[in-house]
Amino acid sequence: MIDKHIDSLSDAVADIFDGATVMIGGFGEAGSPIELIHALIDQGARNLTVVNNNTGSGHVGLAALIENGQVGKMICSYPRTVGSKVFPELYRSGKIELELVPQGTLAERIRAGGAGIPAFYTATSVNTPLADGKELRNFDGRDYVMEYGLRADFALIKSECADNHGNLTYNKTARNFAPIMAMAAKTTIVQTGTLFEVGSIDPEVIVTPGIFVNRIIEIPNPAQESKLIAEGRSYP
Amino acid sequence: MSVAKKQTIGWGREEMAKRTALDIPDGSYVNLGIGIPEMVAQYVPEGREVIYHTENGLLGMGPAPAEDEVDPELINAGKKAVTVNPGASFFHHADSFAMIRGQHIDVCVLGAMQISEQGDLANWSTGEPDAIPAVGGAMDLVAGVKTIYVITQHCTKSGEPKLVESCSYPLTGKAVVTRIYTDLAVIDVTPDGFEVAELAPGISFDYAQERTGCKLLLGSQLAAAANQ
Repeated sequence: MIDKHIDSLSDAVADIFDGATVMIGGFGEAGSPIELIHALIDQGARNLTVVNNNTGSGHVGLAALIENGQVGKMICSYPRTVGSKVFPELYRSGKIELELVPQGTLAERIRAGGAGIPAFYTATSVNTPLADGKELRNFDGRDYVMEYGLRADFALIKSECADNHGNLTYNKTARNFAPIMAMAAKTTIVQTGTLFEVGSIDPEVIVTPGIFVNRIIEIPNPAQESKLIAEGRSYP
Repeated sequence: MSVAKKQTIGWGREEMAKRTALDIPDGSYVNLGIGIPEMVAQYVPEGREVIYHTENGLLGMGPAPAEDEVDPELINAGKKAVTVNPGASFFHHADSFAMIRGQHIDVCVLGAMQISEQGDLANWSTGEPDAIPAVGGAMDLVAGVKTIYVITQHCTKSGEPKLVESCSYPLTGKAVVTRIYTDLAVIDVTPDGFEVAELAPGISFDYAQERTGCKLLLGSQLAAAANQ
């Protein structure tokens, strides 16, 4: 019988190892799996490469993971959001590496990685510094730059609903990177608002099929990043 | 103590947005950048149906919600709370950027640091060594959207021209801009260079030229008006 649900946050992230590549869902706070990130802070794995669109805000969630010295490298498109203080300081003092990727290229690299496509060509970033040193190829008179698919050891994502097979639905724009990160990681760990019995979710509305999911933990009332920041909270 | 009133010449922010809105076609799919570009939505002439795309994963974006209806999981690319219009849809990031990169979005309105007379756009980095580079979706938008409009002040705060022969800042994309809406004029990017299509009230061609880093051409409509 397939049952991917796990009862404790510490068990869910226990095997994330030093040096692992971890994709973390979310666009700003929308879709950020904050309880899983805090569990990873408690777990303590270090020298991680983290893939996320941003670098977190305040001193909770992704920003706290970075602040705790666990991240050696960020792969992202926009590392300076309003309220993002931790990353800029570490970056300026040379304590964290940054791979800057255009947002659509980042999404497509993740999608390609999850689909078994090692590389692809895109017009995005041609004639800009972000194409420096990359292979260019001309198709039908237009230049394209080669970009590599991106895979990860783990993905941490948040869903609205799940069943024990790992079928997922999302809430509005909290979906963002989660479905493609689930595809691109060897082990995808999901925190979900509600866990349903298998068969309870209409197959027509499932966004992420369970094949892309390995572990599910039910977190019925997830913390809201902006609320924690407004309250002046920090983690741990 | 008397405070000197800032002299306003040409179009203000709302007027620039309003003028741009006139060029948004009925039935188009549109992506609006952060700042003055996002103000364009409120000025699209009545009777036109326009569907707004926000690259974090929503088509059919509506205006900002009332304060008590804010949903932190319903935001736009600027991470501000938004609403959904009837007929809206949600999708993941790869689909959202397939809409952009696959040339499905008709019009994108962006801000600029510099625009060259070939239509090159620089709007993501000053290239200074201590700056934290951040690009977001700008390079995808200029590479993939069919028509790129730019709304920008004609000059920087220190008075430097933003319309130049060639950009000194790192490019977002090469030869991508179609039309520019500044506080002084509406300017088309043509194979011959910048062509002034319209001037803001009270602005002369020479006044705009003096504040531009390369040669301006007189558009046919303005030339005809001058000869009347």
